[in-house]
Amino acid sequence: MAATLDASAPARPAAGALLTRAVREGGFAALVTLGLSFPILALRTEQNMANELVLIPRWSWVALLCIAVFIARFVQVFFVNKLTKTLLILGCFTLLGGLGRAVNAAFDSFAAIVFSVGALLLVLGLLWERRVETAGVSSPVSPATRARLSALTRYAGPVALGFIAAYPMITLALAGQGGSIKWIDNFGIQILIYIMLGWGLNIVVGLAGLLDLGYVAFYAVGAYSYALIATKVIPETFPALGVWAFWVCLPISGLLAALWGIILGFPVLRLRGDYLAIVTLAFGEIIRLVLINWVDFSNGYAGISTIPRPSFFGIPFTAADNGFAAVFGLEFSPIYRTIFLYYVIFALALLTAYVTLRLRRLPVGRAWEALREDEIACRSLGINTTNTKLTAFALGAMFGGFAGCFFAARQGFISPESFTFIESAQVLAIVVLGGAGSLVGVVISSIALVGGFEILRELDFLKQVFGENFDPTQYRTLLFGLAMVLIMLWKPRGLVSTREPTAFLKERKSVSSSLMKEGHG
Amino acid sequence: MEVFLQQLINGLTLGSIYGLIAIGYTMVFGIIGMVNFAHGDVFMVGGFIALILFMLITAWLGVAVIPALILVLVCGMALTGLWNWTIERVAYRPLRGSFRLAPLISAIGMSIFLSNLVQVIQGPRNKPLPPMIQGTITVMGEGSNTVVLAYKQIVIMVVTALLLAVFWWLVQKTPLGRAQRACEQDRKMAALLGIDVDRTISITFVIGAALAAVAGVMYLMYYGVVNFADGFVPGVKAFTAAVLGGIGSLPGAVIGGLLIGLIETMWSAYFTIDYKDVAAFSILAITLIFLPTGILGRPEVEKV
Repeated sequence: MAATLDASAPARPAAGALLTRAVREGGFAALVTLGLSFPILALRTEQNMANELVLIPRWSWVALLCIAVFIARFVQVFFVNKLTKTLLILGCFTLLGGLGRAVNAAFDSFAAIVFSVGALLLVLGLLWERRVETAGVSSPVSPATRARLSALTRYAGPVALGFIAAYPMITLALAGQGGSIKWIDNFGIQILIYIMLGWGLNIVVGLAGLLDLGYVAFYAVGAYSYALIATKVIPETFPALGVWAFWVCLPISGLLAALWGIILGFPVLRLRGDYLAIVTLAFGEIIRLVLINWVDFSNGYAGISTIPRPSFFGIPFTAADNGFAAVFGLEFSPIYRTIFLYYVIFALALLTAYVTLRLRRLPVGRAWEALREDEIACRSLGINTTNTKLTAFALGAMFGGFAGCFFAARQGFISPESFTFIESAQVLAIVVLGGAGSLVGVVISSIALVGGFEILRELDFLKQVFGENFDPTQYRTLLFGLAMVLIMLWKPRGLVSTREPTAFLKERKSVSSSLMKEGHG
Repeated sequence: MEVFLQQLINGLTLGSIYGLIAIGYTMVFGIIGMVNFAHGDVFMVGGFIALILFMLITAWLGVAVIPALILVLVCGMALTGLWNWTIERVAYRPLRGSFRLAPLISAIGMSIFLSNLVQVIQGPRNKPLPPMIQGTITVMGEGSNTVVLAYKQIVIMVVTALLLAVFWWLVQKTPLGRAQRACEQDRKMAALLGIDVDRTISITFVIGAALAAVAGVMYLMYYGVVNFADGFVPGVKAFTAAVLGGIGSLPGAVIGGLLIGLIETMWSAYFTIDYKDVAAFSILAITLIFLPTGILGRPEVEKV
């Protein structure tokens, strides 16, 4: 917590002095942890049979936590090498986990395995430290490896694109029809929705530098536009459209969302930075609260159900004779719809990326980037900042609306619960953690955050460690928040923090983002 | 008339709570120019700490309600201050001097982390507490048309006023307050003149959290219930109050808090309770659009 030991310090202080320092720092951190956890972790409030609150003490948790913090801090101060630190801390935590299991449940074979894994990690860590001390710290990446890496990254884009395109087939081949639905739907479609939202918001935050915390409002506008038009307007006025509902509503939803982007964008044009963020947050909340309270319009908390699903360009995915399976002579299976939905959102996401890439080369795209870098200079050069900001808002909102329309069609049911502030925060986190402005960064952080989020559902084996009533999914949001903080601390400019300029004089050089400022809005 | 007076009392009580939270926002914004997004959740943590301490002190130690309340206030302020100190140290300090979005994202992450941490370790249900202070005074009117002032409302307003006086003295008259105001004006210059800027910022966070903890105790006393999700909406409303009063201005935060409290209760009484949050959020947007410097704020001068 206090000043970390500088890894590049030429001479290490004497081992004795370092030891006392490490013990002192560790003790201090443990003491702070004790203070933090004293009432709120140590005593859990529960309602008893008479509906009164009672306190349930959990001092063993606090003790374990304090020991863990002490060890982590001690190792962090005492050792220099990063791998040593990681191995030792992991080893100690595994040991503590085993200890917790032994104290709270029983010392069984499982606890024994945990203990031995922990001990192994510790030994490995100490061995590595010995090696580092005798051999000296070697440079992590040599120039040759770096050159090879950059050659690799050139092919990474097309390979990743090919993998994403083939993903449903791969899972189908690996997991079979029944097993692959989950992988295509929960992972593939979910991640692609967030990639698309991230790319849409990237126009506003990454390119134009306008910090928008209420992006979910446009997602909601798109979703409700489709839901309301498809369930109320079309059956009453154009019943013939029936199976085409999704394809007709998709552009309408996007346009309505863009319209709302302009409506909400107008009043906030004068605001900058954090103020803009808070006002957009307020707008996002206002739209959600209106959707909750205006029951006649949106059916309130109950939401809208039986939203028609998309058809294969007019051919519905049903078991009927005119259904997709029958027309193409296949056996009926729900997997076809899932795969089709996957490709729809894939195409929509590609469209977003394509438009973004093309727009960056147009005057408006360059105006966005100029606006991001310096608004005053931008205005002095005669760029109309009002139009520039509004187009960014409107285009970002439009892609949010497309994504919302797709979301409603995929779920078949929407309610205001799906459009809370946390969704906005999640999309913004994806953009910023990926490195604002970078399309690849958005993909990486979506896979990491959303995929990581989903994979927690699969961690059933953790029940064996922490007992039967342990539910990994309840930690999802907690870990998500923690990940946001940690990634920011680790890479404040996001994962992909170099940028290729769109306008250049003689040759294209990537610019380290530490030379740029952004988000001044 | 009776309805109006009653709502005036309720609004001022609620406004005192918002004002206390708003000071935390406005001080942090003044000194490091960042919106401490997690402040609302620090307030919620303060409420939980108060809940547990109150149960501990009254049920286990058997202390009477009034001394227990004072104890809870003092311990709660200290412990919540420790929370905010740690948050600043771990999540914000390493990002100081980094680019602008980084601390904001870190703060949003911290806000999500805090509310879910409390959800996990304390459970997702509402935590009700039997009323601490009961009894009311009838100020005027009779029958069903009365204006009632509850003892707890008196306690809330008196404690708020007292704390604000102490706080005002702290900022205006002590060396600590002077250092704080110096850092607010120019951090680099203050550092050159021998002020420990990091320490001053830490203390600012601790003071902000201590006032939020008091707000947490008051909230718990007023509503008798606290929930892990209770940080977000009061947090945004308190931020609205800080902006309305002019961000960076301490009296502005209190005035803004009282105004937001009054507007919210009046809106609920005379219009519809469903849209009271919409009203508060709309005020935020309207203020920022038409009066970006707030009531008492100084206009922001930008040097090129």
